[in-house]
Order: sequence, then C-alpha cells, then structure tokens
Amino acid sequence: MSASEQRQGVNQAGRESAAAKPRWKILLVRPESVTFVLLILATIVASHLSPFFADLGFILESSTYYIEFAIVALVLTLVIIAGEIDLSPAAMMALTACIFGTVLKAGAPVPLAMAASLVSGLALGAFNGFFVTVLRLPSIIVTIGTLILYRGLAQVLAGDKSIGSFPSWFVGIDYRMVGIVPVPVIIFVLASIALGLFLGITIYGRQIYQIGTSEMAAIHAGIRVRRIKMGLFLASGLVSSIAGLMTASRLGSVRYDLASGGELTMVLIVMLGGTYIFGGRGSILGTFLATWLLVIIATGMTVANIAINAQLTVMGLLLIVSIVATNWIYARSQR
Amino acid sequence: MSLVRRLARAREAGILVMLVLFSLVVGLIEPRFLSGETVRIVLLAIPLIMVAAMGEMMVLLARHVDLSIGSILGFSAIAAGMVFRDHPEWPLFIGFAVAILSGAALGFVNGLIVTLFRLPSIIVTLGTLSLYRGLLFILSGSKQIDPNDIPEPIIRMAQTSPFGIPWIVIIAFAVALATWLFLTFTQVGRQIYAIGSNPGAAPLRGIRVVPVTILVFTLSGALAGLAGIIYAARFGYVNPGITGVGFEFTVIAAVVIGGVSINGGIGSVAGTMLGVLFLGAVQVALPILGVSGFWQNAIYGGIILIALVIDRTVRAGGIRGLLARGTA
Repeated sequence: MSASEQRQGVNQAGRESAAAKPRWKILLVRPESVTFVLLILATIVASHLSPFFADLGFILESSTYYIEFAIVALVLTLVIIAGEIDLSPAAMMALTACIFGTVLKAGAPVPLAMAASLVSGLALGAFNGFFVTVLRLPSIIVTIGTLILYRGLAQVLAGDKSIGSFPSWFVGIDYRMVGIVPVPVIIFVLASIALGLFLGITIYGRQIYQIGTSEMAAIHAGIRVRRIKMGLFLASGLVSSIAGLMTASRLGSVRYDLASGGELTMVLIVMLGGTYIFGGRGSILGTFLATWLLVIIATGMTVANIAINAQLTVMGLLLIVSIVATNWIYARSQR
Repeated sequence: MSLVRRLARAREAGILVMLVLFSLVVGLIEPRFLSGETVRIVLLAIPLIMVAAMGEMMVLLARHVDLSIGSILGFSAIAAGMVFRDHPEWPLFIGFAVAILSGAALGFVNGLIVTLFRLPSIIVTLGTLSLYRGLLFILSGSKQIDPNDIPEPIIRMAQTSPFGIPWIVIIAFAVALATWLFLTFTQVGRQIYAIGSNPGAAPLRGIRVVPVTILVFTLSGALAGLAGIIYAARFGYVNPGITGVGFEFTVIAAVVIGGVSINGGIGSVAGTMLGVLFLGAVQVALPILGVSGFWQNAIYGGIILIALVIDRTVRAGGIRGLLARGTA
C-alpha cells in the first residue's frame, strides 16, 4: 500500500466519523446561525410591533449611528480571533476626530486634516501594538490604559468645547444616498466583504485563526505572530480614525466625548456575532449579521419609546447573554 | 536581612519614593503645595477612591478585573439617596445598609457570572457596567437626588467628627486596616493571593476557588456601595448620569500605581494606599501648577502604562529580561 493510499484510507475513516454528525447539526451549532435566527426573529417581532419596520429605508437610515461602531467591530473581530483585544477604538475615534477638528481649525484644507487624522490613527494603533508585541503586556489591560490616555488627550486638545463649522461638503455623510442606501452602510458592506475574504481565503486570514487557537503552535509553525498582531493593531487604529471621521461628518462637529461608551457597543457586536472571546474562532459574517440584529433591537427600543439610558440595561444584558451562549455552543461542539 | 534593606527591596518603597519626589518637585515650583492645606485637601479627596480601591485590589489579586464599580457606586448612592429622600423618618443606618447591601448584591452577580460560566471578568463587568448603569436610570427615574434630600449628618461626615478628622477619612483608613487584617491573618485572605498567583494550582491545594472568587467580587461591590455613601456625603448630590461614570478607571489607576500586579497574586494594602495618595496628590497639584484640569485623565492613563511597564520589567528581571526574545 502506497503512502497516498494510506492517507486516503485515513481520510475516508475521518469522513465516516464526520458523517455521524448530520450537516444540519453542524450548521446549527455555528454561532453565526444562532445570530441569523435571532435576526429573523427580531425582524418579525419588530415588524409586528410597528409598521416602520416594513420599510427597509427606515431601518437603513436609523442604522448610521451603529454602523460607525460596526465598521470598527469588523477589525476588532480579527483582533479577538487572534487572541487579543482592543478596548481603545472608541477613544481613538474621539482623539483622531479631535485632531481632525484642530488641524482644520488651524486653517488647513479638509484633505490635509483627514490625512492627519488617518496618520494619527495609525500612530495610536502602533502605540497599542508596541506595548502588546514588543513589551509583551496583555492587550486587555494595555488598552484600558490607552483608552484613558487617548480620551484624556482628546480632552486636552478640545477642552470641553465642540469644534465645528466644517465645510458643507464634508458634513452629513449619513444623508448621502446611493438609491435608498446611505453611504456609511455601503462602506460597511464593502468593508465586510473585503475583510471576510481576507479572513476566509488568504493565508494571513488563516494564520490569524492559528494564532488565536494556539500562539505557541503558531510560532513553531513559522508564523510571524508579532508582525501579524502589530498589523491588526495598526488596522484597528486606522479603521477607528475612519469611523471617527464618519462620526464627525454625521454630527458636523467633534468633542472629546465623541463615541463615548463605544467600546461596549463594539465588543457587543463582535460577541453577538459568535466570535469566541478566547480567540481562534469567529467570523466576519457573524459580526455582519450581529450588526443588523443590534440595529433592529436598538431601533425597536427607540420606536417603543424606551429611553436611551434604560436601553443600557438591555445592551449590557445582551453582551453577557451572548458570551454565555457562544461559550456554551463552542463547549458542546467540541465534544 | 536588616529592616532597612528589606524596606528598600519592597515594591512599596518605589511608590513612596515616587510620591516624595513628586511632592518635592511640585513644592519647588510652587512652594504653597507643601502646606497643611494641601494635606487637608488630599485627605478629603482620597476616601472615595481608597474605599473602592481596597475592593478592586482584592479583585486584581485574584487575577480578575472589576470594571463595573463605577456603576455599582452610582447605583448604591442612588438607592441610599432615595431612602433618605423618601423616608426621612427612618434611621440613617438603613441608608448605609441599603448602599452596602445593594453594592454587595451587584458584586455577587458579577462573581456568579464570572465563575459559573468561566468567562473573562473584564468582558462580564464591561457588560454589567452598562447593565447596572441602565438599572440605576430605571430605579431613579433619571431623577437626581438633590442636596436638600441628603440628611445633614451625612453631609457633615465629609466635614468633621468628634476627633477633628472628617468621618469619611476615618472610614477610609478603617476599611484599609480591615482589608489588611483580612488579607494577612485570615485563611480566605491568603487563599485570594494563592488563587491569583496560580489559578491552576489553587484547587489542587484544596482551595475552593469558586466561592472565594465570588466573595472577592461581592466585597468589591460592597465597598463600591460604601463609596456611594461617601460620594453623597462629599458632593451633596447624586446624579444618575454623572455619579461614578469613569470612576473604575481612576480606581484601577490607583491600584496599579500601588504596585498591585495585573497578573494577580502580588500587591499590598500599603502599596494601594500609596497609589491612592499619589493620585490624590496629582489631582491637587495640577491646579496649583496652573495645569488645566483637562490633563488629568491623560496623566492617569499615562501613569497606568508606566506602572504596567515597571511591573513587567520587575517580573522579567530588569530591562534586559524585558527586551529578551521569546514568549512570556
């Protein structure tokens, strides 16, 4: 028996044992499927409660606030799959947006101010990455430190005033439409497709999963773990500055408390999408579906006249329930 | 080893040197910083942080983090304030009991979720941070507890006592002393260090990790609840949207500066007290130096990062160990 035949034999044995589990069952235990089912349920319930929900345009229009966080959450998904976390993006959004506002106020043209914001986003991401990859400190506590630092620097830069009077062409990105779809949603969909492909079919994407599954194994497999992690933190900084600019455009002004509390929303979207908090598992599809689930829940609560402050309760509860559920599903599917 | 050498090697010594150096430098630039008045202001500023920091320290010692204490503080302060407002005829200790017990209950929930489902405490408490804040908005109906609703004796706690030192200062130091006694002389106290030093080995040594961890979160919540009363005493109002927002970060900064390791198992009450004092000194020094108060958060964040790097350097055995290749 040749080696290849032998391998085939092993493969067949593997396939037989896999066949014991029907395909629908494998599909069912994927957390994204749960997110998808919840999304459909939420839509059905919401459209029964209010006729607004039958109108796709209404949902798309009311999504722009969450879309800003969701775009960052896409990159955060990769960071978490790689076994790290970044709690500082909301603060990075605020700081880079305040840098944009300050540069603009100093008399620079908008493209230059935008460039300054994007470059500073990269720098802030590199700062996070330096602590995690070079000093090998846990990202969870480093990014708590930088979250306070970045938000504090935004406060130093902008004080308690808002910086506004942007040129009119820059303001109101959420009112620009392509058909019935606002521009931020288009950006989000395109970013989802790009990152989904990156994570799913490129070598780097597979290496991110490998790092999150076992960092030690990844190092021994020759994966340049530090470089990839640094890249992820850079991407997180960059995407935060993009989201910060989108927020600045939507609000028409910036303040140091821009996107405050956003870290919860971002982590919530990623967890709701079934990404495993301990790394190694998760998908962009899950994060994409979770975004719309959150949009429907949040819009539903607003339509039902639940105060924004009281909605915090639901958001916190959702975060806990989603990590508990995801953990439970993964624990079962591992058996 | 002589006492002097042992002191010099202690982690606390470094923080003490930092504190003294900082005070001297600020004093050189602006001599009025080194006055009795500064001591008085610092002493009044720190009880709030100190009480909560003792709880957060225990959580960190057990290799966990509690991000929800700001919301717990707010919740307890609102709950106690509502008791004071709606039932002025009840004795004051009921308000105290409500604050501490509601804090303990919320902390217990944190501990229960973390241990029952074996989830990272940082994410769980990020969730409860939001959950408890939402609950306190619902409980209070988004209404503030006004200064005239808070009983006179509570306000006076922040001003005086029979001993000349304000009650809140006495409470803060009493809590620190009790925490020290608990961590040093009780079996459970030592077990907290054991769990944080090596969570895998602790159960093998017969330590019941789950109940001890739940206890630690409950204590952290209870102390945040007590801090809620101190807040009401010191500021004279409780606002659902303001009270305790971002407080967790101040407390974590104080504890980490105090030399408590984020990897658990290392840290002391004395160090945490010094960390709290240091933050208090920074807070008071900024306006004296003419630095805008807007710098405060940036400085806290910077200090946390520096403390992390120092902690990492000490554990890696110096700068060389820190930059050495390999995984840690």
